[in-house]
Amino acid sequence: MATHTEQLTHTGRPAPAGRAPSQAAPAVRLRGLTRSFDGRTVLDGVDLDLPAGQLTALLGHSGSGKSTLLRAVAGLDHEVAGSGTLSAPDRVSVVFQDSRLLPWRRVLDNVLLGTDGKDAVERGRAALAEVGLAGRERAWPNELSGGEAQRAALARSLVREPELLLADEPFGALDALTRIRMHGLLRELWQRHRPSVLLVTHDVDEAIVLADRVLVLDGGRIGLDLTVDRPHPRSYRDPLLGEYRERLLAALGVTEDRTDHDPAPTPTPTPVSVSAQAPASALTPAVGGPAGQEAPTDQEDRQ
Amino acid sequence: MSSAATTTTVGPETAADAADAANTADAADIGDAAVAEGTGSSTAVRPARRGRRRRGLALGKRLPASRLIGPALFFALWAAASAAGRLDPNAIPAPWTVLSTMGRLWSDGTLPTDVLTSLQRAGSGFALGLTAGVALALVSGLSRVGEALVDGTVQLNRAIPTLGLIPLFILWLGIGETFKVAIIAIVVYIPIYLNLYSALSGIDHRFVELAEVQGLSRFRFVREIVIPGALPGFFVGLRLGVTGSWLGLVVLEQINATSGLGYMMFQAQNYGQTDVILVGLLIYGVFGLVSDSAVRIVERRVLSWRRTLNS
Repeated sequence: MATHTEQLTHTGRPAPAGRAPSQAAPAVRLRGLTRSFDGRTVLDGVDLDLPAGQLTALLGHSGSGKSTLLRAVAGLDHEVAGSGTLSAPDRVSVVFQDSRLLPWRRVLDNVLLGTDGKDAVERGRAALAEVGLAGRERAWPNELSGGEAQRAALARSLVREPELLLADEPFGALDALTRIRMHGLLRELWQRHRPSVLLVTHDVDEAIVLADRVLVLDGGRIGLDLTVDRPHPRSYRDPLLGEYRERLLAALGVTEDRTDHDPAPTPTPTPVSVSAQAPASALTPAVGGPAGQEAPTDQEDRQ
Repeated sequence: MSSAATTTTVGPETAADAADAANTADAADIGDAAVAEGTGSSTAVRPARRGRRRRGLALGKRLPASRLIGPALFFALWAAASAAGRLDPNAIPAPWTVLSTMGRLWSDGTLPTDVLTSLQRAGSGFALGLTAGVALALVSGLSRVGEALVDGTVQLNRAIPTLGLIPLFILWLGIGETFKVAIIAIVVYIPIYLNLYSALSGIDHRFVELAEVQGLSRFRFVREIVIPGALPGFFVGLRLGVTGSWLGLVVLEQINATSGLGYMMFQAQNYGQTDVILVGLLIYGVFGLVSDSAVRIVERRVLSWRRTLNS
């Protein structure tokens, strides 16, 4: 934090665990947040409030600065030039695109990295059970499939009972079917624990299906702030979501052929093509389904 | 609401995707009954292969006692050539001559003394080198100040052939045991330092970020991430160091020594006793092999989380 030119204030509020979040106090507050690399301005005075307990998605092209924004909120940008004010809760967890499990620690020990206390082991086991990895506590990370590793990473972020969960393209490295399951899991975990979530993604469909609010980062600022007002669990084929989709794609500068739903040259290929090929009825049950039920059949790409 | 909307769109889409029927069927399996996924997809894939397995590229299971097969073959050839009279017994004595010489030297008490002296020299030099190598690597791998002070110096030391330091060390430390142990320690510490330092300073930046996010203290970061992550590199250096301690010994024991394996061999050269020289080489070889295997065993236990071609 030494080179930060900003004041980083931590609000330190107690977590609104289990209760309905109050809309009054924002969990994250950015004012005039500016970040630049080698003179190239990536964030250009971002003003943003994230209400406590809301699931927000942040969309943008690659290189639009969405990861820079997330890393600023996470406090990970030590050597980046910038200004502005930023306030974030004390307990922040981050899920990265790669699971980032330490290969020399067993899964449970990975989940407990940085977690102390007498009941830590119990909490770790509970978190693993919640993501459908009960019984895998003693496995080594390189024995897990990509989806399982990312579940373990989710458990590691949850065990700290974060007030704010930052997810940097957490499903970007997963295959399309695993990703759909993970969407359901994330939504379910969010509903149970109600942290504020900032989900950075380049996947328009992922943003629409998961988030209550979708932001588009464009030219270093929030270019579009869209509230997605549809009930959950959402279907990938919901025609009303299609309107949100088109607005978001337009904000991202992508024009889509309206005659069919095949992926136009969008920056978001895979999930679009999956939802176009597979019957929607096949995909919806996974979304919002309890993790414990699908866990035993989670074959994925296990080695 | 959403289900009504979807069923109307599903019809034409599946028809259009008739070419992609396999994909669609797979996806439908998963949706209808998640349990069917694993078995469903595997039965769909297997027949296409018609029972043939691909050639595995991993090396497969290790042969039992595989490390001994090569040496055993070598000794068998040596014995056969000697028995057939194809080898000059003055240049290369037969294996049984070497063994009987070894028995004679052992029973008259010179060999145990020589072996013990050599083991002591190699052992204390190795212990010293290991300690120095690890300590210096920790200092320069974990702090920028330490790096500035230590790393350049060690790199300079490394550039100087260690055996070239012998004359200087004899003048400094006298021609007794101390200089021999010091030289062995230098031979040992350099590979240990180099490998451990590069492993410590090359820690994956993603894990540094993770430690920050998880709120680890600096001490816990070093203990739980940096050091375990550097262990594979440390073991590479350790094996080089163990071998190095034996290499240095041969040369050093020919300089003003009155006992030790190198001394024994040096004397044998003066009297033309090739069998005694071979006894010395044999013992060096066995010690080298045993110490290297010991490090390997420890390594495999400590790094059991790694799954490589060797596992």
